Amino acid sequence: MPAPSKKTALAAAAALAAAGLAACSTPDEDDVPGVTDDTVTIGTHQPLTGPAAAGYASISAATDAYFQYLNDNGGVHGREIEYLVKDDAYNPSETQTAVRELVGEDEVFAIVNGLGTPTHTSVLDYLDQQGVPDLFVSSGSLTWNQPETYPNTFAFNADYVTEGAALAQYAVDQNPDATVCVLGQDDDFGAGILQGVETVVGDEVAEAQEYSSSNEDVTAQIGAMMAAECEVNILGTINGFTALAVGTAAQMEWFPQWYVSSSGADYPTLVEYLGEEEAPLLLQGMASVNYLPNSPGSDWYDLFRQINEDYNDGADFTGNTVFGMSVGYLFAEALAAAGEDPTRESLVAAIESGDLAGNGIVPLSYSEDDHAAYRSVGIAVVDEGVQDFVGTTYRVDDGTVEQIEADPVPLENDGVPGQ
Amino acid sequence: MNAPTSRLVLRAALLTLVAIAATFALDPFRNYQLATAAGCFAAVAGLTVLVGLTGQLSLGHAVLMAAGGYGYAIASTAAAEALPGSDALPFLAGLGGAVAVSGVLGLLLGLAAARLRGPYLAGLTLAMVIALPSAANVIPALAGDQGRGAPFFPVPEALSSLIAVEQWHAWLAIAVAAVAVTPLAAMRRGRAGLRMRAVLGDETAARLAAVDPAKVKTGAFTVSSLAAGLGGAVLAVATQSVSPGAYGLGFSLLLVVAAVVGGLGSIGGAAAGSAIIVVLPWLVDSAASALPADLGQRLNGNLAVLLFGAVVIAVTAARPGGIAGLPRRLPRPPFTRNTRTPETEPNQNTER
Repeated sequence: MPAPSKKTALAAAAALAAAGLAACSTPDEDDVPGVTDDTVTIGTHQPLTGPAAAGYASISAATDAYFQYLNDNGGVHGREIEYLVKDDAYNPSETQTAVRELVGEDEVFAIVNGLGTPTHTSVLDYLDQQGVPDLFVSSGSLTWNQPETYPNTFAFNADYVTEGAALAQYAVDQNPDATVCVLGQDDDFGAGILQGVETVVGDEVAEAQEYSSSNEDVTAQIGAMMAAECEVNILGTINGFTALAVGTAAQMEWFPQWYVSSSGADYPTLVEYLGEEEAPLLLQGMASVNYLPNSPGSDWYDLFRQINEDYNDGADFTGNTVFGMSVGYLFAEALAAAGEDPTRESLVAAIESGDLAGNGIVPLSYSEDDHAAYRSVGIAVVDEGVQDFVGTTYRVDDGTVEQIEADPVPLENDGVPGQ
Repeated sequence: MNAPTSRLVLRAALLTLVAIAATFALDPFRNYQLATAAGCFAAVAGLTVLVGLTGQLSLGHAVLMAAGGYGYAIASTAAAEALPGSDALPFLAGLGGAVAVSGVLGLLLGLAAARLRGPYLAGLTLAMVIALPSAANVIPALAGDQGRGAPFFPVPEALSSLIAVEQWHAWLAIAVAAVAVTPLAAMRRGRAGLRMRAVLGDETAARLAAVDPAKVKTGAFTVSSLAAGLGGAVLAVATQSVSPGAYGLGFSLLLVVAAVVGGLGSIGGAAAGSAIIVVLPWLVDSAASALPADLGQRLNGNLAVLLFGAVVIAVTAARPGGIAGLPRRLPRPPFTRNTRTPETEPNQNTER
């Protein structure tokens, strides 16, 4: 066999030379990634383009506005927060690239508020393997609350099972004889809502329908629910599909009651879909759950409104704005609690300590063996174009739902933690 | 093994070693991009041999990659559950699954391909790409829009202090790509390649020379699918997930772009083309993010597509043979030399 000896020698030399550069690719463990004397760099993946952009692109802008406000007020322990937002178009394969770039290239301290169940699931193992704190995931899947498997991952949303159970309980409390139906997205979201509803009404869900977000037509599903004479429709839908479901039913001249998960019940966003004129009529009486300070007139609401004016070019102020800024505040609080010289370990320990208050209408439930943020949710109802809490709050624990008193966290120090 | 083939295998082994050595010079994110490019390389190599040698234009190689990815995810997950504690066996089982699923799908498509010409085959394969999201929603094993997860293959103990996980995955990707592409290269320069060119040149003449065009075309499509399937498996290893969103129409057309820009029929060109389709969008997005926020956001995602269009037009206008260049070392059957200029020959054939 004639061997190309010159090439062999060349290749061997190249291999040897390259081996000398080994250090370039091995993890560097001396410094804390993303933390310098005056900055902390964190990153996120968000749908800035693509099908989910219309419903969620405003979240990261709001978070960024809060961080600018915080930085102008001294930051956290003298460090400014740099928030890198990467677009993943709600496509898991793009999330992969975006998050690897954040971790590998930009060397972020933590990933904060990565949005979406399918998208974030695709980087869960990677982040765990890299030991990157994976904080306040923007999705209500139960996946994020597995402290033994994913010790660095923390949820932010109330999980979908909790939301489904609270919505069903409120429906039963309002009218014990109502025919309850469910329309859910065909993933963890819809399945979680259905599971929660079933913990309350058992197998008495008259009709459970699913939709796929890649098919923007729910006529068949709404038709089936109408045929089943549903009175209360509990929706595990994203904003666009909530609007689609309500609009499709209205076209059929069917006006049932709508009970909607927090992920798809943002009134200002729904108005954008349904139109200024029709939305107040179509959405009158729509019940939903929430756990963030969404009450017009509350201290947090007013502060966030002001920050939105000053740092977000006065963008539309929606539930997404409150959500995004609440996430920013919670991260700042966690970073302040992680000490003067934060490390990835001290950040995770600060959250697990259970000392973080957040800014919800109910307490946070983080602990060493619970990485869920909110186990209680308040009921909010739309009345004459205003969505506000009605004072009913439910706590969901292991399949039991009990009514509790809301316990809103008061605003302190103008929303700048660690002073 | 005859002398040319053994030389080819030796050269492939050397190139593989060089590529693996090169991973040491790259940071983790570059290694991830390298792994992605290696996955695309396997698929593009399959595509370029298919189009360049038999003239069958497939716009649906992304679906064949997805088939390999799903095959990998399903088989390796099952193996990981059956044999907890082992990392290498699920990987091998996954590769087996990828080969099986993409091979069967490729064979079925190949049987249809043998009866279809030019635009009809392109149309069929295009329809496959468009049908993928719906298929994923209807077939429970494919797990809808969310897609399936594949087991994580961590760095082996012995290497864990030396290399990061991205580098390890890049090694695996390079090795799998080598296994996928080397047989293609051998086939291209062997008897099978000669038969393909004979069929491409003139089917009637080929039949007179006792070459069965249907068999040759079906075989070529199947072999090409296997390479694409292994490419999909590589992406599943690197990303631990397979979802229809990753294998959309845009990606499928990018594979064709890579084959055309690299030079139809050229393996080296396929490598260059794959690198371009992985790196160019990333470069463009990085550049776009440096622009003012409003303009940058508007261009985001669109600029890369625009640029690819421009690149394809420029390459076909200036160098129809692609990056690989015109001086082909391969002996060409005389009848093609007499009737057509070599560089435009594949296009003319796919369009008739």
